[in-house]
Amino acid sequence: MTHQHPALTTEQKKELSDIALRIVAPGKGILAADESVGHMAKRLNQIGVENTEENRRLYRQILFSADSRVKKCIGGVIFFHETMYQKADDGTPFVQMIKDKGIVVGIKVDKGVVPLAGTDGETTTQGLDGLWERCAQYKKDGADFAKWRCVLKISENTPSPLAIMENANVLARYASICQQNGIVPIVEPEILPDGDHDLKRCQYVTEKVLAAVYKALSDHHVYLEGTLLKPNMVTPGHSCPTKYSPEEIAMATVTALRRTVPPAVPGVTFLSGGQSEEEASINLNAINTCPLVRPWALTFSYGRALQASALSAWRGQRDNASAATEEFVKRAEVNGLAALGKYEGSGDDSGAAGQSLYVANHAY
Amino acid sequence: MTHQFPALSPEQKKALSDIAQRIVASGKGILAADESVGTMGNRLQRINVENTEENRRAFREILFTSDTSINQSIGGVILFHETLYQKDSTGKPFTALIKEKGIVVGIKLDKGTAPLAGTNGETTIQGLDGLAERCAQYKKDGVDFGKWRAVLKITSTTPSQLAIQENANALARYASICQQNGLVPIVEPEVLPDGDHDLQRCQYVTEKVLAAVYKALNDHHVYLEGTLLKPNMVTAGHSCTKKYTPQDVAVATVTTLLRTVPAAVPGICFLSGGQSEEEASLNLNAMNQSPLPKPWKLTFSYGRALQASALAAWLGKSENKKAAQEAFRKRAQINSLACRGQYVLSGKTDTAATQSLFTASYTY
Repeated sequence: MTHQHPALTTEQKKELSDIALRIVAPGKGILAADESVGHMAKRLNQIGVENTEENRRLYRQILFSADSRVKKCIGGVIFFHETMYQKADDGTPFVQMIKDKGIVVGIKVDKGVVPLAGTDGETTTQGLDGLWERCAQYKKDGADFAKWRCVLKISENTPSPLAIMENANVLARYASICQQNGIVPIVEPEILPDGDHDLKRCQYVTEKVLAAVYKALSDHHVYLEGTLLKPNMVTPGHSCPTKYSPEEIAMATVTALRRTVPPAVPGVTFLSGGQSEEEASINLNAINTCPLVRPWALTFSYGRALQASALSAWRGQRDNASAATEEFVKRAEVNGLAALGKYEGSGDDSGAAGQSLYVANHAY
Repeated sequence: MTHQFPALSPEQKKALSDIAQRIVASGKGILAADESVGTMGNRLQRINVENTEENRRAFREILFTSDTSINQSIGGVILFHETLYQKDSTGKPFTALIKEKGIVVGIKLDKGTAPLAGTNGETTIQGLDGLAERCAQYKKDGVDFGKWRAVLKITSTTPSQLAIQENANALARYASICQQNGLVPIVEPEVLPDGDHDLQRCQYVTEKVLAAVYKALNDHHVYLEGTLLKPNMVTAGHSCTKKYTPQDVAVATVTTLLRTVPAAVPGICFLSGGQSEEEASLNLNAMNQSPLPKPWKLTFSYGRALQASALAAWLGKSENKKAAQEAFRKRAQINSLACRGQYVLSGKTDTAATQSLFTASYTY
């Protein structure tokens, strides 16, 4: 550790930092619309719609046709590869529609999980091969940030030291390659909510995982000011009998982050991990009203928790398109408020917003 | 990394956190008066005073019999073992003098450097043997925090991976043992200012060292809210030909800390490392004026930079006691202002204040 061989020029650093700050500007978060073909199948299945490329295009069009109200609450949209090259009915590329609203375009770049032999069903994530070239191309095609999801699980013997170390390392390699190509890496070390463990256990594991992630990022000379973190909130396992309030979840989450995430990281964009739309908003709001000092933006990068109501409203019918878009805009605005600690809750736990979106052992 | 076996109870955590907060309360810093016998020898030699136990006692008495209002600027004092059991001329124990001013008593716990074979003159620190018992005894004798200094050096081949990792590990073991015995550990990974390297090189090395330190603390289950950090400021090497301003030092230092020190750490108390009294105050002031975010307190833990003028005023003569105390009080107050970014340079510089206190490859 003697000499520095600068990984990035001053100009490159500034560009990355500017992009990151735009995405997590106050009151803004991310729409994670990067469901793979297989995962869109599950979503569309739930509303009785066939999983065709056209239906996937029509559905994303609903989200991307949102009016200027989303400019205030959406800072970035994560795309799946197929979607990057799709267009609206009038021929406007989706990428352009998003950029025209002043929203940053992002791309999922990982290639899914693969098993770690000799472990208790643990995985790492693949996608490093040719990543450099892919990032360079995506940058040309309009993407300014990327996302890579690693998955860890809490059980009697997991996550193991190998799983933590290997996933942290692969996240750091991905982040390094992104930055070399002008792309802000969103680092996502998701600890699944599956299991009956309590809040404390999740906090403990989350702290260990995040400490390993940031050590790996340091080892790989990643420029933290040009990254974002997409972690799980600290919550009990889905089958845990003890119930916790949003304030308890907020305290556990913010404490874990304060102990592990360097203040140089500009923003933390939580995944919703199976929480209902309302739960995800209420928890995010509690996080932003937590009395502890929070040196990073704390906002959302939600998939299901931004889209569930929109999907139910659409049900594959063109006539329902505007109603569906309206549902999306509503959730986006609510989460924008939650990111500022200003959301007071709908009081309405019924319907799509209150329904738990938990799918066992979710891999997306 | 599956299960938590809590290292500390909530009561233990609160006690540690309260102590740490008291030490770095607004506008307060630490007087490092823990010079070993040998190091006191160096100090006394400069003013032609013989290095006897009585002379060491007499000088410390001058400092500790300062007016109570010194507690506005001093939150903690670090003592050497000998000093902990010394008394003033009325027979009152030094610990009582310090505690009745509401100042926290600390103790140097390390036992100096030991060579790391196979390296380019690098070292680790000894002192772990029987440390738990020593901590327990010191706690009974009135001590509430400990200090342990690890040393790293910048050359073309150092610090090596081994030196960084070994010193980080020893610091984490020491910190863990302290907390088990109710002592707040001050973690000091000093990167020496010796050499002709520039500011950027020091920043790079300091970032790597601190990242390793915080990973080790996490691995050893250390409760960060109950610790303090005592790092070097990020400065150019002493023989570097390029000159930097306090603002340069401030930006480099705060940036380094933002990239490596979790917000959960309550305070960062810089060592003065051979800077003159005035330099040390100006640099600390510039940091606290910097527009960069600072989620931890930025304060001082100064030895030479708080005592040089006092020593020069004393010259070993009891009739100079008041003058020496006034010199100490002045520096303490100036550093208190620097903690708040409120120190305005008067324009008058007295010699002792600006004299460089650099001793090559300083070990104290």
